[in-house]
Amino acid sequence: MTFNSFAEFLAMGGYAFYVWGSYGLTLIVLLANIIIPIWQRKQLLRSLSLKQQRSK
Amino acid sequence: MFLIPDAVVRFFHRMASPPHFYAFTEKLMPWLVTIFVLLTAAGLYGGLVLAPPDYQQGDSYRIIYIHVPSAWMSLFIYMVMAAAGGIGLVWRIKLAEVVAISSAPIGASFTFIALVTGSLWGKPMWGTWWVWDARLTSELILLFLYLGVIGLYGAIDDKRVASKAIAILALVGVVNIPIIHYSVEWWNTLHQGPTVTKMDKPSIHVTMLVPLLLMALSFKMYYVIAMLQRARVELLQRERNAQWVKNRFLEKQS
Repeated sequence: MTFNSFAEFLAMGGYAFYVWGSYGLTLIVLLANIIIPIWQRKQLLRSLSLKQQRSK
Repeated sequence: MFLIPDAVVRFFHRMASPPHFYAFTEKLMPWLVTIFVLLTAAGLYGGLVLAPPDYQQGDSYRIIYIHVPSAWMSLFIYMVMAAAGGIGLVWRIKLAEVVAISSAPIGASFTFIALVTGSLWGKPMWGTWWVWDARLTSELILLFLYLGVIGLYGAIDDKRVASKAIAILALVGVVNIPIIHYSVEWWNTLHQGPTVTKMDKPSIHVTMLVPLLLMALSFKMYYVIAMLQRARVELLQRERNAQWVKNRFLEKQS
């Protein structure tokens, strides 16, 4: 353990903005890459079943 | 084919068929996610909690645990994309084309992460957000190559033609990869030289190296997961009129 307290951990030796900014941004970008295909898949399946209903 | 066991050949034949690929990756996914979560938890704990601060950079260096793996991934994914594109170009294998285009947004994301975390690291350490140095500039060109691939694919309606076009663009862009890799050696840059890939004697302590390698594996696993998810959607989109898609998604609803 290099940090004595949770507050010290959050402070990152004075570099909190840079360190947590980096990790936060990475989290957002990586999450977006998971959510976008799920959303696209839903859209696609919806349009497929609409097309099927119309053709009947 | 006498050197490759029959079972292996059969595995690849099956995997290249869209319905098999779709079903197989669905079964594989929970395992991939489990491995990813374990690697990430171990890597972050090791990097943010266990590893000591750097003797020169204090705690700011902890950005390394996402910056360096992202930069590695930006190059790795580009090579996968170009190789898959090349395979699709020569043998017209649909799955290779799908892997190539599905890799592009993830590669672009990692390139973006590498650039922005580098900037967030550069500000407190170099005193500037950005310099036009060889490493940074060539990595920025990589981002434009990825965006070019994505844009070109979107601009062509026939996706088989679009796949040919992006494969050629990706293969031409491969010239940028060694430039990025060797930029810190060929030119005298502000960006520091390699710390890990000097395999004989990495200039990084083992308590810092282990979490870094764990995060590199974690990001690699993330790429496999995110790429497969995109590939599955892309495959459905392309095969939407095929019987297997109708059997799988439409018959049940009627």
